Amino acid sequence: MAQQSDIKYIAPVAVDIQRKKYCRFKKSGIKYIDYKDGEFLKKFVNEQGKILPRRLTGTSLKYQKKVAQAVKRARHLALLPFVTDNLKTN
Amino acid sequence: MANQYETVFIMTPVLSEDQMKETVQKFEKILTDKGAEIVHQENWGLRKLEYPIQKKSSGFYHLFEFKAEGDVVTELELQYRRDERIMRFLTVSMDKYAIAYAEKRRNIRNEKAAKAQEEAAAAPAPAAEATEEVKNETNQTEQE
Repeated sequence: MAQQSDIKYIAPVAVDIQRKKYCRFKKSGIKYIDYKDGEFLKKFVNEQGKILPRRLTGTSLKYQKKVAQAVKRARHLALLPFVTDNLKTN
Repeated sequence: MANQYETVFIMTPVLSEDQMKETVQKFEKILTDKGAEIVHQENWGLRKLEYPIQKKSSGFYHLFEFKAEGDVVTELELQYRRDERIMRFLTVSMDKYAIAYAEKRRNIRNEKAAKAQEEAAAAPAPAAEATEEVKNETNQTEQE
C-alpha cells in the first residue's frame, strides 16, 4: 500500500515545501522578455536545454508563453542550444 | 502606419572585419532604399554559437531596429536568403513593450559605453593618487 511518505520521497527534493511560488515577471513588473539575452533565458531551461514547466518556475501562463517564445527565438539564433548536456555547468 | 521591426543576422566567421562591415552596409542600404527608417543598430562582433551552423562554431552578429512597411521585411529576407555570407537571420515585429524595452536597453548600453570612456580617461589619475597614498602610508609606518 502506498503510504504518504513514499509519495513524498518521489516528489522533487529541490522544491521548497512551504514557500509559495510566484510569477517573477508579475512581481518585478517586466513586460517584455528579451530573446537576445541568452544568460537570462538559461534560468528557464533545464540542464538539457528544455524549457522548464510552469509548475516548477511558478511563472504565470501569460509570461510562460512569452518565455517559451523567447527561448525558441534564442535557439534559432544559436544563443541557446536546442539540445545539450549539463548546460548549467558550462 | 509603419511598424517597427527588429532584425538580427549572423554572418560567417570566414569574413574579414572589412568584409563584415561591407555586408552590414549592404543591408543597411537595402533598408534605406526601401524607405525604412533605421532607429538603432548594434554590432555584437564575433560570438561563439551554442551549436554549429554550416559547420561553423562562431559568427558575426548584427542587429537592426527599423520602422518600415511590412513589404520591406519580405524584400529584406529575400536578400538574406540570396546572400551566402548570411548564415542565420531573424526578424520580429515589435510591440509597445518591446519598443520600450529596446529604448531602455539602448540607454543602458549608452551609459555603459560613456562610463567606460570616463573610466578610461579618469583611470590614470586615481591610480597615481593611490600610489601616492601607499607611499605616504609607508612613510608613516617608518616614522612610527
